[in-house]
Amino acid sequence: MTPLLTTKGLSRQFGGLRAVDGVDFALMPGEIRAVIGPNGAGKTTFVSLLSGRIRPSSGAVVFDGVDITAMPAYQRVRLGVAYTFQITSVFANLTVFDNVALPVQRTLTDGRTKGQVRTGVMAALERTGLADRAGTLAAHLSYGHQRLLEVAMGLALKPRLLILDEPTQGLADSEIDNFITLVRGIARDATVLLIEHNMPVVMGLADRITVFNSGKILAEGTPGEIRANTQVQDAYLGATHG
Amino acid sequence: MRDASPAKTYALHIGVIVLLFALNFVLPDYHQGLFARIMALAVFAMGYNLLFGYVGLLSLGHAMFFSAGLYGAGLTVYHLGWGVPEAFLAGVACGALLALVIGLLALRTSGVAFMIVTMMFAQVFYLMILYFAGWTGGDQGLVIQQASRVIAIGGVSLDLTNPTVRYMGALALFSVVLLTTLALVRSRFGRVLVAIRENEERTKMLGYDTVANKLIAVVASGVICAASGAAYALLFGYVGSNFASIQYSILPLLWVLLGGAATTLGPFIGTLFMYYVTDITSGFTSAYLLIVGVALILLVLFAPKGIMGSIRERWLGWLP
Repeated sequence: MTPLLTTKGLSRQFGGLRAVDGVDFALMPGEIRAVIGPNGAGKTTFVSLLSGRIRPSSGAVVFDGVDITAMPAYQRVRLGVAYTFQITSVFANLTVFDNVALPVQRTLTDGRTKGQVRTGVMAALERTGLADRAGTLAAHLSYGHQRLLEVAMGLALKPRLLILDEPTQGLADSEIDNFITLVRGIARDATVLLIEHNMPVVMGLADRITVFNSGKILAEGTPGEIRANTQVQDAYLGATHG
Repeated sequence: MRDASPAKTYALHIGVIVLLFALNFVLPDYHQGLFARIMALAVFAMGYNLLFGYVGLLSLGHAMFFSAGLYGAGLTVYHLGWGVPEAFLAGVACGALLALVIGLLALRTSGVAFMIVTMMFAQVFYLMILYFAGWTGGDQGLVIQQASRVIAIGGVSLDLTNPTVRYMGALALFSVVLLTTLALVRSRFGRVLVAIRENEERTKMLGYDTVANKLIAVVASGVICAASGAAYALLFGYVGSNFASIQYSILPLLWVLLGGAATTLGPFIGTLFMYYVTDITSGFTSAYLLIVGVALILLVLFAPKGIMGSIRERWLGWLP
């Protein structure tokens, strides 16, 4: 099977800091991949390079056989690379409906979906459990619901690759369980790449885990392999061996 | 807001148009003339509002789009002897072309830089009008004779100097632009414009080419403002450089702020309000601008969302 997304020698420097340093990475279609690592390991910079929010200093990104290294972010979205923000950035002054209508009408314009805006919006809201709040201003939603709205917007883009940047940050435990179910559902028709700090979520969701440290990939493997990896334990999981 | 039935929204706007139509037959001569002027200039405010209210781009140079229409129409009538419809279209075309060029250049900036760049371009435009005084009449301007302001359709001739014809001409343009902007802001494109105003970065990450969308908005805004200028030249028969001055870049901003930015009826209400406050106070005192200033300060303090914006916020949430 050919990977959905690969990177070759992907690097990004900020002044003297190599935030992402020569990363070779491959993501298989249909998998749920978690990216973990200590703060400042370059995780967010890495996914920003994939989504096109930041340009690489060197290296290449290939999505589904197309070199997208020089492609602006909005065109990558049209190819099917969707990104949800670490800091919730829904449109606070628009209704929940309008927030989701924006990505839905985009896919309609691109001819990737068919039908009415309303149908597409309500489908995405049903899946995230926000359907009864369609008319509410996004600013009036609870934090947890705003995170869900963020995911609904990502879903409505009909992505082939959905990048979730710390999606469970700030969620209550009860909300996290629903969230795991939701991501499993999404993964049935899209590849999911998530940055996550919450270890139970990572271990429960991910097919494979990539560990970042100092801008490089430290280790990669199944949750079991990562748990057993002593290097990872030293760097991240707390160095309490045994 | 978007949940309001379209029927209710369109009924309100058509009601306003019908009311303005009826006013033609009851208003005294003086107010009939004033209303015609207000409707023509409200079109200018609506064009400004499209960019400022919906996209959130604050331009300080819209006088150039208004006067592109004004001179585009006025000069073709004056020098080339064009008919009214052709001259009107020439004015609109000038505005479209100018807005395209200015948009391509000015949209490389945003925020304060955008204000300064648009203001500088407008000053260049203003100074060019003065420089080419041989054609433009400079600061004296040009008067377009009555004979040039008659539209002949078949056997009927419409004389734009006739108060009722002039009123109806202004109302026709006003109605078309009002309903067009209403349809525009309710459309998918309108939703994208508001999204850009609210969070441009996020809009990009939903797959939108925000620069292209902003450019379309600048051109649409320029076209509407130029239509206002072209109509003004043809309806009132005067083309002058003061319409290109900085004052006429600030005025639409004030009208829109007063009436309510990002409301469809706000620009008209703001223009109407400002004209009548000026008109009434100038009857009492020569210091009427002071009173206008105080009125503005009070509105900004107590109704920062403008007249229609406050009404929408407090009572009628469905107002577009």
